[in-house]
Amino acid sequence: MRLSSAFRESELARNIAGNIAKATTRRWNIMEFCGTHTVAIFRHGLKAMLPGYINLVSGPGCPVCVTSRNDIDRILYLADLPGTIVATYGDMMKVPGSGMSLSDKRALGADVRVVYSIMDAVGIARANPPARVIFNAVGFETTAPSTAAVVRGACSEGIDNFHILSLHKVTPPVVTALLDGGTEVDGFLCPGHVCSIIGSRPLEPVAAGYKKPCVIAGFEPADVLQGILMLVRQLEEARSEVEIEYSRGVRPEGNTNALAVMDEVFCRVPAEWRGIGEVDGTGLKLREEFAAFDAERFIDREIVSEPDPPGCQCGEVLRGEIVPTDCALFGSACNPENPVGPCMVSSEGSCATYYQYAEKTRRQYEDKTGR
Amino acid sequence: MTEVIKLAHGSGGEASRRLVEDVIAVYFKNEALDPLDDSAVMAVQGGRLAFTTDSYTVDPIFFPGGDIGSLAVHGTVNDLAMVGARPVALTLGLILEEGLALSDLRRILESVRDACSEARVNVVAGDTKVVERGSADGIFINTSGIGTVPEGVNISASNAVPGDVVILSGNIGDHGIAVLSMREGMDFTTTLKSDSAPLNTMVQAMLEVTKDIHAMRDPTRGGLGTSLNEIAARSKVGIEIEEAAVPVDSQVRDACDMLGFDVFYVANEGKLVAFVPESEAAAVLDAVKAARYGGNAAVIGKVVKENPGLVTLNTQVGGRRILSPLSGELLPRIC
Amino acid sequence: MCLAIPALIKEKDGTRAKADVGGAMREISLEIIDRPAEVGDYVLVHAGFAIHKLEEKEALETLELMRKVFGQ
Repeated sequence: MRLSSAFRESELARNIAGNIAKATTRRWNIMEFCGTHTVAIFRHGLKAMLPGYINLVSGPGCPVCVTSRNDIDRILYLADLPGTIVATYGDMMKVPGSGMSLSDKRALGADVRVVYSIMDAVGIARANPPARVIFNAVGFETTAPSTAAVVRGACSEGIDNFHILSLHKVTPPVVTALLDGGTEVDGFLCPGHVCSIIGSRPLEPVAAGYKKPCVIAGFEPADVLQGILMLVRQLEEARSEVEIEYSRGVRPEGNTNALAVMDEVFCRVPAEWRGIGEVDGTGLKLREEFAAFDAERFIDREIVSEPDPPGCQCGEVLRGEIVPTDCALFGSACNPENPVGPCMVSSEGSCATYYQYAEKTRRQYEDKTGR
Repeated sequence: MTEVIKLAHGSGGEASRRLVEDVIAVYFKNEALDPLDDSAVMAVQGGRLAFTTDSYTVDPIFFPGGDIGSLAVHGTVNDLAMVGARPVALTLGLILEEGLALSDLRRILESVRDACSEARVNVVAGDTKVVERGSADGIFINTSGIGTVPEGVNISASNAVPGDVVILSGNIGDHGIAVLSMREGMDFTTTLKSDSAPLNTMVQAMLEVTKDIHAMRDPTRGGLGTSLNEIAARSKVGIEIEEAAVPVDSQVRDACDMLGFDVFYVANEGKLVAFVPESEAAAVLDAVKAARYGGNAAVIGKVVKENPGLVTLNTQVGGRRILSPLSGELLPRIC
Repeated sequence: MCLAIPALIKEKDGTRAKADVGGAMREISLEIIDRPAEVGDYVLVHAGFAIHKLEEKEALETLELMRKVFGQ
């Protein structure tokens, strides 16, 4: 079943793009809040295939980008503790806290290692006793269940030198928080793999309560375009439902097994979202029975963070109020080699994506060639 | 007890002499090197000399499809080939870490010898230093190379012009993914190998078809995307690439998908991208395809005068995007 | 934040499995998958964990839908 390649076929994509053009009669603002969607749209050059009426806006879809400065400072503090190894996904290495990043800490001698999976982090713990291994647990609902499973497993195996700093967040409440905050968006293109875990039901309040259609889409070009087509249809027909484009990856009830493991290990607490503020019920904290694995206990003092540098507009970008090129620092003071905020660092951050794919230049090019 | 490199091997005394004469030089017998004088002396034809240098610090030192030794030869031979030069001689500078197994050193030297033999170039001079344990990842190598450039050949990143056809000699991304597969924390057991290879014979065949190759690069670190941008910037031209025409091994594509890499930025060590006038393109392509390592060659795009300095990609699904120079590093993504 | 790709299960041992991800064999965990998966099944893998069992039927249905051309 090499069906993935079918969803990348050019003819299929052009067909769907054609349908979108026929269906759209006016301007629609569609927000996608998944960094992987942002990248897929740019990587396959999909904006060039859409009618100008469709305005795609990026939201707070990158778990690295929405990590608060204070949370970064906490992992940096832990990295400096003697006898500690910090294991992290690659994206978190260069995000600056109040001054430094994990990458800087490593250059100064801290033991910080990039891993592809949390299982690799446990492997490091097993191989390096008595070193205290702290896994920087970042990610949304796609990733949180695997952290939960591993913590549960480490508990029953009795591994005593493995810990996590949980920066995991859950997403549906942040969509309603954005709408409450006044974000002007007509509909939402929703993350396929987050919804593989949570299903479509948690999005019902957005559709029913706020009357904003939601379509859960996959990540191949045809998936993204089909997702946009389904949204446009709903908008043109004044419907507001939750629909699943990515039916091969998402069921309405989600992955109840993964949800159960998540619930067994984590409880919900308020979490700080960069640019948005504190949102209730979106943070995941280890339950009491797993407290021994919580790296919070090694933070024995208050970590005070500097405010975001002047001019940094990551917040507005994450809320979809501005596009990255509107930020005065974009490309000059803030670029991937010298990032000011996380949106420019994370490979799925809006700013990094706009920069890598030269979005401003592309628009000028489009204007000139009239295509 | 395994024989290893010790600090004494780098001190210039008896141990050094024995290392150079009995372990290293035995792999490279040739007229210029054999006297083991302070410099090699060779006769060279008149005309222009090409001269290049590169240092190799790849980790791990042995990887599927090659090792630091073969890489060091191929990389420098290819830099010479990219300006149309026929390689004449290489130097081999070794920095050995105390504790490096002698068997590993021999294995690497054999690799260097075999690579030189294929590329028909000799190592004529060298140097060996030993540093303390921890100061090098086993071994670092520097190779400098000289070659002769035939008359009438003017290949430079600044010479591409609108109308030129862009030819790529084969699959991209193999080397970067093969090396990554060996690193700690990313254990793929793939059948993928590095594409590390010497391209001088391929370039000779191309030059036999026409001397009028305008620009050429071997896309190593930074990948094809970086090389295309260098040429677009230096020649002040626009480049349009058809993504569907760019050959990529399906395993490389899948590995890139999984790790979140863009294959256009993944390193290659046995590929070239050439810019040739349209009238010569078909014949040059045939020559590349007939050459060793050129089986999957393809025309991947063209040079235009619009938007100088910009590389545009027509994506495989019918969209369009800009292929910028690589910003930041390639670190594996997960979320 | 959702890099997950389809993988084919080649070997299985309880909740651990070896899967073929486009020719690369990778060790994965089946601990949090939604439905039981066996050797020969395709699953979506995210950071070393299978998060969803893929059903070919659903994929084919979606493709069918996408191929439809809609009129004015």
